[in-house]
Amino acid sequence: MRKLFIPAVVVAAAMFAWAPIGIARVEYESTMLLVQKIFYFHFATWMAVTASVTVCGIASAIYLFRGTAAADHYAVASAELTTIFCLFGMFSGSLWGRKAWGVWWQWDARLTMAFLLELVFFGYLLVRKYGGPGAEKLAAAMGIFGAATAPFIYKSVDWWRTIHPQTTVMKTLGDKFPAAWNLVWFCSGAFLLLFVITLAARVRLEQLRAQLDRAYLAAEE
Amino acid sequence: MFLKVAVLVLKKDLAIEAKSREILYTTVFFAISCLLIFSVAFVKEGVPAEDAASGILWIALAFSGTIALGRTFERERYGETLRALLMAPASRPAIYVGKLLGMILSMLSTQVVLLPLVAFLFRAPLFARPLLLAALLGLGTLGFASVGTLFAAMLVRTRSRDALLPILLYPITVPVIIAGVRGTSALVQAPPDEAIATLWIGLLTGFDVVFVTLALWTFEPLMTE
Repeated sequence: MRKLFIPAVVVAAAMFAWAPIGIARVEYESTMLLVQKIFYFHFATWMAVTASVTVCGIASAIYLFRGTAAADHYAVASAELTTIFCLFGMFSGSLWGRKAWGVWWQWDARLTMAFLLELVFFGYLLVRKYGGPGAEKLAAAMGIFGAATAPFIYKSVDWWRTIHPQTTVMKTLGDKFPAAWNLVWFCSGAFLLLFVITLAARVRLEQLRAQLDRAYLAAEE
Repeated sequence: MFLKVAVLVLKKDLAIEAKSREILYTTVFFAISCLLIFSVAFVKEGVPAEDAASGILWIALAFSGTIALGRTFERERYGETLRALLMAPASRPAIYVGKLLGMILSMLSTQVVLLPLVAFLFRAPLFARPLLLAALLGLGTLGFASVGTLFAAMLVRTRSRDALLPILLYPITVPVIIAGVRGTSALVQAPPDEAIATLWIGLLTGFDVVFVTLALWTFEPLMTE
């Protein structure tokens, strides 16, 4: 695992270096023209959020039922990454919304639900920080419930007819613009790789912190 | 056996509540004070904003429900009875269900007072479709209380439980509140839109199934020290 870290960083750096070139080269979308190009990073960010929420939910469940310390490290690392990627996704969405809808923020279904997801994972971090002893378990419950609401967030735009594009957008894109479709998934791959790298680094940090805590305890005895 | 334990826990809570009536009085009064505060925001020149009633109703319910949740478990903590309850040779999920039933009853009794008041003060035809409204409120209460009971129970041991409960509870239960507000709005508009209300009832049922299943599943490990 640790041997793969440096090569993964190199690959991710190369992907992120090439992504803007690819985005500049790909054809314009017919109605939104240049503005639409933010989509490649916007969608990719939310793919990373999806991965992050999934990891957090599964790791939280494993920690809650088995008490495995490693699962807890993954849960806290992915919860922090969820807040960061979600914030970035809301930021890129806001920029796009300003140009496409004329407003920075719109209280539509997907945006409301994204806001909610951000709050869930901030709640996770808050309870962990201020919950006192045993807070990891309480946070794990938050992680499980947060991950359980994520599919509702994904489907919300289909149920609630609002301004944000529906999930079927991706299906039609593949048929109409194969180049754009490939680029979207290339960018998603880059963001997912970035997520994996940061997750690995954060988990390692958490492991070291746990080791340090144990060492302190041993020294006191 | 499962049901028997749940009913026993419920009976215990009801007996305490029947003596003091503390939770009932405080939550109802709090819900009414919420109405007063909302009137400042949503009434312009004596006329309540259109569509405000459903939002006011659900938010007053959620806020007063949080107060009730905090009080129920504060009582257990104060009397050191939660530990005794958990040490009893009974299944943990049954204890959770008993607590949940008590919470639902408490929230429903608040609604008995709150509903006519909202209809009266904000001129909302809330009782135009009583069955659909009852379904929305019942399912919404179950969704809110199922997560709330679990979170309030697990937070009992923490120091900053009063602040943490709403922080954790609201983001998770906002989908339930959204469904309730949207569904109720569809019912109070003229003419009532039954199709939309039914759609939200379906969604609420989905949330309830997910939340109750997860809560029953996680209550045991969460309450083990």
